[in-house]
Amino acid sequence: MQALETLATHYNYFITIVLMISGLFIVIARGNLIKKLVGLSLFQTSVYLLYLTPAKILGGTAPIYNPAYKVYSNPLPHVLMLTAIVVGVATIALGLALVVRIKEAYGTIEEDEIFSKDPDSE
Amino acid sequence: MSAMTFLNAVEPHLPILLIIVPLFGALMATFMRSGTVAWFISLVVSVLVALIAWKLLNTILSTGTPIIYKIGNWEAPIGIVYKVDQLSGFVLLVIAAIAAVMMPFARRSIAAEIKQRAQPWYYAMYLLCLAGLMGIVITGDAFNAFVFLEISSLATYVLIALGRHRRALLAAYQYLIMGTIGATLYVIGIGLLYVLTGTLNFDDIASRLGPALADPERRNAVMAALGFAFVGVSLKLALFPMHVWLPNAYTYAPSVATAFLAGTATKAAIYLLIRLLFTVFGVSISIETLPVPQVLIVLSIAAMFLASFSAVFENNAKRMLAYSSIAQVGYIMLGVGLACLPVLAATTDASPATTPNNGMTAGLVHIANHAIMKAALFLALGAVYYRIGSVLYKDIAGIGRTMPLTMLAFGIAGLGLMGTPGTAGFISKWYLALGAIDTGWYSIVFLIVASSLISLIYIGRITEVVWFREPSAAAAQAKEAPLSMLVPLWILALLTIYLGLDTRATVDVAAEAAKVLVGGIR
Amino acid sequence: MRLDLILRVGAKLVLPFILLFALYVQFHGDYGPGGGFQAGVIAAGMVILYAIIFGIRAAKQIAPPSIVEFMVPLGVLIYCGTGIVSLLLGYNYLDFTGFHPDFLRAHEWGILIVELGVLVTVSSTMIAMFYAFAQRGRR
Repeated sequence: MQALETLATHYNYFITIVLMISGLFIVIARGNLIKKLVGLSLFQTSVYLLYLTPAKILGGTAPIYNPAYKVYSNPLPHVLMLTAIVVGVATIALGLALVVRIKEAYGTIEEDEIFSKDPDSE
Repeated sequence: MSAMTFLNAVEPHLPILLIIVPLFGALMATFMRSGTVAWFISLVVSVLVALIAWKLLNTILSTGTPIIYKIGNWEAPIGIVYKVDQLSGFVLLVIAAIAAVMMPFARRSIAAEIKQRAQPWYYAMYLLCLAGLMGIVITGDAFNAFVFLEISSLATYVLIALGRHRRALLAAYQYLIMGTIGATLYVIGIGLLYVLTGTLNFDDIASRLGPALADPERRNAVMAALGFAFVGVSLKLALFPMHVWLPNAYTYAPSVATAFLAGTATKAAIYLLIRLLFTVFGVSISIETLPVPQVLIVLSIAAMFLASFSAVFENNAKRMLAYSSIAQVGYIMLGVGLACLPVLAATTDASPATTPNNGMTAGLVHIANHAIMKAALFLALGAVYYRIGSVLYKDIAGIGRTMPLTMLAFGIAGLGLMGTPGTAGFISKWYLALGAIDTGWYSIVFLIVASSLISLIYIGRITEVVWFREPSAAAAQAKEAPLSMLVPLWILALLTIYLGLDTRATVDVAAEAAKVLVGGIR
Repeated sequence: MRLDLILRVGAKLVLPFILLFALYVQFHGDYGPGGGFQAGVIAAGMVILYAIIFGIRAAKQIAPPSIVEFMVPLGVLIYCGTGIVSLLLGYNYLDFTGFHPDFLRAHEWGILIVELGVLVTVSSTMIAMFYAFAQRGRR
């Protein structure tokens, strides 16, 4: 019962954790280079949630000054995550660009096939 | 007269110029169509950055108070501040100086290794990386450090992918995955700290963590934050089990990029870890909650041995040095780990504020020494690659006969790497041993000597290959490297010797930084 | 490609409003929600939608790759240049106090220019990324 209650009241944290773990799992377990990037993106997205969850204040409005409102959400984490999203976009774009180049160079984007084409010893 | 007033007007803005100058240089380089023009911009920018870093460090050492620069003139907790203290000034100068010294080398090497069209982009990415590394070290804001970390990392991925071999792409991809995971873990740690303290300024977090730690419910969050941030930054600095991206990245990147990254990129991440452990968390907190120093020491020693063993059996000179880099990062982190320990014993005699901590001094000195030696070694290999297009042992056999000056500089830096007395490497290991004795971990002294013997084997092996074997077909045809390559190489090689004889430049500054860092802990 | 009349007419109707909305978001960015990043992405979205429906060749006529590639560093240059101007006016980097005698007006102006730089860089980066991926292997 206690566990259920925690789950109900802290569901946002559980979503964050599930996203985080599944993202990391995909990165580690998948051999497809694009799927790895999908996992990476998921992992980064979980961090956005981690920051935004405590920033939203129940009953708080958008942080634009207005005498009619007393409670505002915290704008700083939102801005931070905007920056993190930009960084994430850049990372994924660069990663995909590398995958395109790898596909052109090796003809495949499966990790094991790439390794078999280029033995480590050179 | 007008020059003086100009300098006086510029002086308060030096911290920000350290970032804007390379950033502007990068933008200029992207507009260029010719690699040589872009190279010239990079040369001017790198020298300028080194001069600024030099001036900042001198100011810090003479005044003793940190230089604070408020971006947009907003005060610390609200705005982002740049803060230069003894530690960051020291690391800034190391990075900037290494970057500046190797710029003359870059032109011919890059012209030979990278396609004409991509050359301006190489220099743009290099300058962007430099700006990012400077930013990591100079910023006083945890999230800003993340942004700079990613700026430098993204530029680094491109630098690596520009390598000739198709495996460079794969190496860059693998580094991208690992690096992004590392940076993301760091952001998670910072996010937890922000939730706990409501601030992102390093000093502010430090002052507000105390109450959070006293509360048993929030204590776990502090531990989680430390764990996330520690692992995240460790991935970036290639601490032992998190180093797998490094050998391939260093092996397949263009020669100059490898030398630059080996000398600087991991150093900025090491700085960030030191800043987190000592300024933000404070050693006392780390020790009470998590056995950070013990973990650091064990992993460092593992790196010193296992990475060195890998280096011994390597047949690609660049990859051999890459493994050696992992081992050398182990030495630096061993010093940092030892620096955490005396505080345990120091509760009895309150001396850490007056005497510099030997372990931390060793770690910081080795940041400079390793940057110099490893840059020299990789530049020497870059010169060889420029002449014969390979750094495999079978191809560089006997190259010492045709490129004696290059390989002599390589040998000197190699001696430094082993820690031969009279070279810079010896100084680092000496202080490391002193630090181990201070903490009572005498067995570590033995381990330092033992791992030095392994480095004797791998340096000895390549020395045997390049000097005593019959020249390979390629090596017999090779000519001595051009002057523009020899000069930077020999500057670094001579620095290796000079800093082993006259330690004022490195040890005194590092000791000063160590004093401020370890002494400033509650 | 040739038969999707509804898409083509619909897109032509929607496109100007997308750009208008981008500009709305852009010019509210200095004192309300919005700003250069969002506006840049929306504006780039317009070009990308155009490219998807009318083909990449047509898109390259309204947004030539050479100009797009030039705009990427240009936006950063505008951003940094604003900071440099404030340095030249004798204030700290990105301290806009010198732009106008009134403190709030000065900062509004400063942020407006900075956001303009962000708009230029973000929109051109998004378009450049789209071009790079879309035309790969087709040349």
